Amino acid sequence: MSKQKPIIRLEGLEKRFPNPEGGGDTQIFGDVWFDIHEGEFVCLIGHSGCGKTTLLNILAGLDRPSDGVLLVGDQEVTGPSLDRAVIFQSHALMPWMTTLGNIDFAVASRWPSMTRVQRAAHCQSFINLVHLTGSENKKPSQLSGGMKQRVGIARALAIEPRIMLMDEPFSALDALTRGALQEELLSIVAERQQTSFMITHDIDEAILLADRIVLMTNGPEARVCEIVENTLPKTRKRADMHTHPNYYPMRNHLIEFLVNRSKNFKAEIASAGYDPRRPPIARPAASGPAPIPEKVAS
Amino acid sequence: MSPTLQEKIKAVALSLALLIVFVLAWHLYVQAQQGPAVEMDEELAALLGPQAKGESALPSPWDVGSEIWGHLSDPFYDAGPNDKGIGIQLAYSIARVLTGFGLAALVAIPLGFLIGMSSIAQRALDPFIQLLKPVSPLAWMPLALYTIKDSETSSIFVIFICSIWPMLINTSFGVASVRREWLNVARTLEVPPLRTALRVILPAAAPTILTGMRISIGIAWLVIVAAEMLVGGTGIGYFVWNEWNNLSITGVVSAIFFIGVVGMLLDFALARASSLVAYED
Repeated sequence: MSKQKPIIRLEGLEKRFPNPEGGGDTQIFGDVWFDIHEGEFVCLIGHSGCGKTTLLNILAGLDRPSDGVLLVGDQEVTGPSLDRAVIFQSHALMPWMTTLGNIDFAVASRWPSMTRVQRAAHCQSFINLVHLTGSENKKPSQLSGGMKQRVGIARALAIEPRIMLMDEPFSALDALTRGALQEELLSIVAERQQTSFMITHDIDEAILLADRIVLMTNGPEARVCEIVENTLPKTRKRADMHTHPNYYPMRNHLIEFLVNRSKNFKAEIASAGYDPRRPPIARPAASGPAPIPEKVAS
Repeated sequence: MSPTLQEKIKAVALSLALLIVFVLAWHLYVQAQQGPAVEMDEELAALLGPQAKGESALPSPWDVGSEIWGHLSDPFYDAGPNDKGIGIQLAYSIARVLTGFGLAALVAIPLGFLIGMSSIAQRALDPFIQLLKPVSPLAWMPLALYTIKDSETSSIFVIFICSIWPMLINTSFGVASVRREWLNVARTLEVPPLRTALRVILPAAAPTILTGMRISIGIAWLVIVAAEMLVGGTGIGYFVWNEWNNLSITGVVSAIFFIGVVGMLLDFALARASSLVAYED
């Protein structure tokens, strides 16, 4: 992928929680090393309980790692920042604010010196971007689940963050709405070259959106098992993605991981030379390993 | 679900029917109580009240109705310390309740914020709150009169002390149960603490706080009548006590009616206020 300097680097992140019955801490995950580059879309897949949300909270600065360092640019993350916008799983809109109010709250926090008129224009452009024109003055309770999450996306994009962090943003939506939103998110992110990191457990979502997919094994003591580079062309669409020859190799590789390898990873480490700092990279493709994804015919 | 027009009409009709039945039963009871007049000295008869004249001790609905009408037609007359219009008496009571209640809100809401946001403050203050909350407000009265000396201020103090607990408990509960995710949104947006308190925590907790205020004003209005009976001078509580001393049961019954109406209006005002801050999640 990109050869430039990564904007986010996870260096040996570890999270431990005190054992409820006492007797030492339980490690949720450890030795997590990977990078996120400018303009890249990275997904992290894993079963529930592997600490995905905890990892995202650490990236957001809402939680601190027990060990290891998280760098954004060259700065160690010590708390939340407007550089990193978060789209929460449960949309997390303020129910007493309108669509516009929710986005404006974020914009006013980002640029306190902006005038009301400037803010209104700025918010409106993002409301239009997520196709919510006409719903500016509706409260979240008047919006459908998909529309609420669109507001969440607009709120995150409106502060023009360096990186957008998403915690299973579409998992509460029905399949049709989810598909439509994934497609829209993909085009918005591609157009704006928005660096993004998303937690998911939906394989198709990961194949559609991600340039690289980080596979996390089951917790406790979860590890990054492997990083899968998406061998489908960047122009992939939800509608025709499954017709591409590399789709099933990708999909099967990810399913194989979720079903079998995520459980038996400890044995896999023991047998091969596993270096947590450089997790193995996989490029599942139709015939043999694809050299680089861009060269695969679409 | 808001009721349909037809349901509303039915409810109003039922209310009116209940009122008519109640007034009728009252009227029949008063009639049944009437007996022959006893021969006695005129002054003694005046002291003994209507029973001496063979009338019922309980005034008839019509007596009470005309008394209420009399109060309503001239609510603000002032003919000396023992004879003031019901409007003036109610105004005194309402002013005391609002002063005590307002002061309690000024203390309870910020303190409730503190307790709700800090589990240490919550643990530290909980024993005090649990100990003081169940004390009848009137139990504070002698202490208030002894230390403050002024009867007016004492009754305001009693209102203050009884209004503070529901507001304090509800504010701290409302603040403590603000959703973590809303606070996380504010944190990721680097919103300064004061702005988070005003724009996120306050509106999130407002419905719970308003419920506490509504409970408080109800209690305050209950307590003011008793406090004014003890303290005397002015107010609707004193008015009831004065009417009782005059053996004017009609006056007492009409005062009960006015107390009920004002209490209802106070509750209604806070219900409106809470519907303004309510949000649907």
